[in-house]
Amino acid sequence: MQSAKQFTSIFGGVLVLFLVAPLIIRDTQFQHLMIMLLLFTTLSQAWNLIGGFAGQVSLGHAMFFGIGAYAAMAPLNQWGLTPWIGMAIGGLVAMVAAVIVGYPVFRLKGHYFVISTFAVAEVVRELFSNWDWVDGPIGLDAPLVEQGWRNFMFYHTKLPYHYTLLIFFAVVMFVAFRMERSRMGYYFRAIKQRPEAAQAMGVNITLFKQYAFIISAFFTAICGSMYGLYVLHIEPSTVLSLDISIKIVLIAVLGGIGSLWGPLLGATILISLQEYSRIWLGGTGRGIDLIVLGALIVIICVYEPNGIVGLIKRFSRKKRKA
Amino acid sequence: MDLTIFLQLIISGLLIGFVFSLIAVGLSLIWGVMDILNFAHGEFLMLAMFTSFFLFAQLGIDPLYSLPIVVIVLYFIGAGTYRFVIKPLLGYTVLIALLATFGLSILIRNLVLFFVGPNYRVINESILAGKTFSIGGLYFSVPQSVAALLCILVTYGIYLLLTKSKFGRALRATSLDKDTAMLMGINTNRIFEITFGIGAACVGVAGGLLVNFYAVFPEVGLNFTVLAFVIVALGGFGNNGGAFLAGILVGLVTTMGGFFIGPEYKYTLVFLLYLVVITIRPKGLFGW
Repeated sequence: MQSAKQFTSIFGGVLVLFLVAPLIIRDTQFQHLMIMLLLFTTLSQAWNLIGGFAGQVSLGHAMFFGIGAYAAMAPLNQWGLTPWIGMAIGGLVAMVAAVIVGYPVFRLKGHYFVISTFAVAEVVRELFSNWDWVDGPIGLDAPLVEQGWRNFMFYHTKLPYHYTLLIFFAVVMFVAFRMERSRMGYYFRAIKQRPEAAQAMGVNITLFKQYAFIISAFFTAICGSMYGLYVLHIEPSTVLSLDISIKIVLIAVLGGIGSLWGPLLGATILISLQEYSRIWLGGTGRGIDLIVLGALIVIICVYEPNGIVGLIKRFSRKKRKA
Repeated sequence: MDLTIFLQLIISGLLIGFVFSLIAVGLSLIWGVMDILNFAHGEFLMLAMFTSFFLFAQLGIDPLYSLPIVVIVLYFIGAGTYRFVIKPLLGYTVLIALLATFGLSILIRNLVLFFVGPNYRVINESILAGKTFSIGGLYFSVPQSVAALLCILVTYGIYLLLTKSKFGRALRATSLDKDTAMLMGINTNRIFEITFGIGAACVGVAGGLLVNFYAVFPEVGLNFTVLAFVIVALGGFGNNGGAFLAGILVGLVTTMGGFFIGPEYKYTLVFLLYLVVITIRPKGLFGW
């Protein structure tokens, strides 16, 4: 574990970097990249709370992401309700969903748990696809409304999205940092390593898994809201897809699972690769960017199974020896 | 409720169920022995269907005759996947292998999309395609019946291979305890590679037969991957018999549910069934 001082200085540095970067670099593609980076780092850190710290690998986080996205977009679209309230509703609904899903699912072990989480997410996706109020499989477009903070629509600048996401990112990082060294954090590690032993020591493992899941669901949902408001179009096959669930996990694992800085490192690599291959190669409409992305995922996995944090650790250990 | 319609539904459900079963057994084999969730399983199926399709379209070999070729091709695709993608990841967290196969699935799907385009392709004029026969007022589609029959035979063959042969014994020993098996002189690396090959070859059989009555397109595998996972979990991990029975059950649920509730909910029903089963039996129908 990192010392608090070390964490604070790195964290401060990262925050300053993200604060000034979009002001200096005016390139819209770069600004877009930064927004996606913040979004996916936050998502992946939220997943890390349950998947990394508590070791419960969920492949169903798209469910919370989608709930958040729809909660912000649907009321805005239908009633002109401010997306801030929608976002709060989405967060709450996701937390309730986490409780309902968690109750049966946390009794399961290993692969049964993994498959259950994605089975639930698939059910949610198909329900949204058949729900007329949100236009089923067609999805929702953001209405053309007056821009500003009330509607959270900005047509000429990306900065409000960037800074709102930066706040989310900071909050989630702080929560993860506090959680790692709190009593709960120790419970999580115990649950991850030896659930039976943890239980024998009097840790209510189901309850603590549930806590982690609820917190994780909430942050995932508000990120989903932000995503919807930023890209202006959502549909079940994008925001509720297995692809989203797996991308979140992929970033955490590439960075280094269960590590505080893993999500940021993983997202930096994966999101840059994804966005730049899309920008440079995506125009053909034949999926060259995805061919490259798929190949890179395989190569990174095979070449560095411990994640980038593992790579850095190995490197610094070598340096210390020398 | 008309009895013939009901029986007809059961027949269709069973026929497609046997194909699901074989796909799931292929996945279950890999899963049971190596503890790896292969996300590229559906893409293997898609490759099998395309191999069969192009052998027919380009060279005029009927899908029924090209089946052995497809199976061999798929065996090598599976074994190659093991050698180049899975083997370097043994000993690390299971999650990393899952993600590597996920990357592989994106790669394969989009490579195929790049070379052949997104169109749906259908075979209409093969020996089997489009033919039906009837017994006592009930209609059977010929390609589906042949597919079901062959899938049962292959699954039975795999059962025999696992239980009766020396290789099967080595495989089961490896899946129970890899290290002890190694100490007993079993080349576990080779067992893994062959298992991955056989797992993919199962999908080869299924794909080569599906092509007679199912459209081929680059994304055809997506649904099958998810279904195969749920079927294997429903049956109980590492339990190939369980996977076989669960496949039939899922075939029945999709057909019946599609008819009585609506085709848009047929997969939802499968997932709900799984979630209900798992709350009652946390290790699947036949797991313990």
